[in-house]
Amino acid sequence: MASDESDWEGVRLHVVTGKGGTGKTTVAAALALALSGQGRRTLLIEVEARQGIAQLFDVPPLPYEERKVAAGPGGGDVFALAVDAEAALLEYLDMFYKLGRAGRGLRRIGAIDFATTIAPGMRDVLLTGKLYEAVRRKRNGRPVYDAVVLDAPPSGRITRFLGVNQEVAGLAKVGPVRGQADSIMGLLTSPQTAVHLVTLLEEMPVQETCDAIEQLTEAGLPVGGIVINAVRAPLLKHADLTAAAKGRLDPAVVRGGLQAAGVAVKDSVVEALIDEARDHAVRVALEKSGRRTLKSLDRPTYELPLLAEGVDLGGLYALAERLCQQGAA
Amino acid sequence: MTDRLDIDKVIANRGTRIIVCCGSGGVGKTTTAAAIAVRAAEAGRSVVVLTIDPALRLAQSMGLTKLDNTPRVVTGVDTSAGGELHAMMLDMKRTFDEVVLAHTTPDRAATILENPFYQSLSSSFSGTQEYMAMEKLGQLRAEGRWDLIVVDTPPSRSALDFLDAPQRLGSFLDGRFIRLLMGSARTGGRAYLKVLGAGFGAVTGLLTKILGGQMLKDVQTFVAALDTMFGGFRERADTTYRLLQAPGTAFVVVAAPERDALREASYFVERLGEEGMPLAGLVLNRVHSGGAQSLSAERALAGAETLDELGDHPLAAGLLRLHAERARIHTREQQLRRRFTAAHPRVPVVDVPALAGDVHDLAGLREIGTSFAG
Repeated sequence: MASDESDWEGVRLHVVTGKGGTGKTTVAAALALALSGQGRRTLLIEVEARQGIAQLFDVPPLPYEERKVAAGPGGGDVFALAVDAEAALLEYLDMFYKLGRAGRGLRRIGAIDFATTIAPGMRDVLLTGKLYEAVRRKRNGRPVYDAVVLDAPPSGRITRFLGVNQEVAGLAKVGPVRGQADSIMGLLTSPQTAVHLVTLLEEMPVQETCDAIEQLTEAGLPVGGIVINAVRAPLLKHADLTAAAKGRLDPAVVRGGLQAAGVAVKDSVVEALIDEARDHAVRVALEKSGRRTLKSLDRPTYELPLLAEGVDLGGLYALAERLCQQGAA
Repeated sequence: MTDRLDIDKVIANRGTRIIVCCGSGGVGKTTTAAAIAVRAAEAGRSVVVLTIDPALRLAQSMGLTKLDNTPRVVTGVDTSAGGELHAMMLDMKRTFDEVVLAHTTPDRAATILENPFYQSLSSSFSGTQEYMAMEKLGQLRAEGRWDLIVVDTPPSRSALDFLDAPQRLGSFLDGRFIRLLMGSARTGGRAYLKVLGAGFGAVTGLLTKILGGQMLKDVQTFVAALDTMFGGFRERADTTYRLLQAPGTAFVVVAAPERDALREASYFVERLGEEGMPLAGLVLNRVHSGGAQSLSAERALAGAETLDELGDHPLAAGLLRLHAERARIHTREQQLRRRFTAAHPRVPVVDVPALAGDVHDLAGLREIGTSFAG
């Protein structure tokens, strides 16, 4: 896959966020798969210690180590990493400060604990630092990963999360921390990064998408596309929907249809089906207004179908293909 | 067999003083907290609901137009049973400022409030919300103005953060790291060097190298200025933690019938058990009913295909497909629900049916409340 007509040519870091419950982990995983066609290597990173990736790909819990979790649809590879803040800190200190005895000292007196769990914000600094390292890492002069996909914190937190280094730069006027913070902000605000928003066609997620785009734009962070997740296929004709909404579906017509379908016709079934249709009509109307709002945001928009039986590995490949077809990868 | 969670019983029990709603993001925690609060107030309790980050329209439904850290009366609530409802949104910066002002001299408070490290810490860094939510809960309880406090928990990366925040703070304040920072603020670290050995010299050296001298100095000034308040911080964190363990508290775990949300709910149930925190049960939001129960997804689909072949009755075909989809969702949700109850047979559960639209008025909150009826 990973067609030549991708909307995100030149983007190396795909940040996938969305309101809780919209399926951002699933979309991030599908995007990682979609990006790893034609021999390309993608790294899928999670930062919230949920092991959501392992569950999705049906592999054992991920250690703090990059592991291959799936083969890309066109002969590429998807690697995954669950970033652990403490391990990232020790790795960072070791890399830059040749940490020996002092590192053990830091741990003993609770400094590591302080940095990774108590000091607010430090966690985000470490996680974005690791992200930066993964995007920039090179072997034999070329990037180790063609693309990095982040299963990011929810949209309510995303601007703060990605902007944390700005905050650090405000605190540290000089020194290596300042330098590191500036480099990370440089990547995150560059055209190499795109922050995609996952939403459902429901009121609150759509509103949160609008809010997040406003906040990201204000913070100078590059807004990517909008992924509308769990879209249901239209199953009723427009006229039927209108009638259903008004409770005017004709039971006799439904009855006749059921008879022709060879389904046992019971009053209770006819009634229940008409009720279901009304619920559906209400939802379709809400979805329509959600779509209108999203359209007004004027971003590339992709739609993924609802998988009624839940998402398994096969489902992920299907979603990845949809993303490719629509130009997301 | 799993019992049904009877929220009305929890509300009616005058001994219940705090209800904590927790669960992963996007499961309807805030709405659940608001619905419980409205129902409790209309049942005659004097209630305050503390929301952390409500959706705009939900906040408006309770008359909250601004985030000002002050409980406001919610109008439109039926007070005929003698109850009342106040609602407030947490302003973490202001809560933090109030703590500082209340626990130290004006001079010291001014130093702290101006410190750049404090300003970042109190307003923009994530993680502070958890501390401040607990702080506010303690304050509301101490005020004694209400006989029931309903709390919504922060949209954490994990539902467990809320529970861990006070203890983490407590253990940090007892830790050597804070003493090292304070010690080195006073003496440049030399005193600790002598007492604790050369390892610490390397540590402060390293900290200076990583953070830069200026930033370390800001941190140290901040920590030194907070010095006098720390005892108070720890004491209150401990008090709040004990409050959460007390029988007057009821934890309500909120989930949606989704794999991730229920997994998070499972973790939470287990943690509450380990910590000896009183769990009332699980509220399972947005449960889809199966609709026409007697018609299976398979038969509905087969029927729709028959109609397609006939090329007739498009309405019935559409209805059958619609039903098949709904029946499948229902089956999957019930499987997930069964998996949860099998693992936690003693946790009472109540289902809240999925509504077609979002809730943004008192009527909607009441409607949710009716599914809590025993």
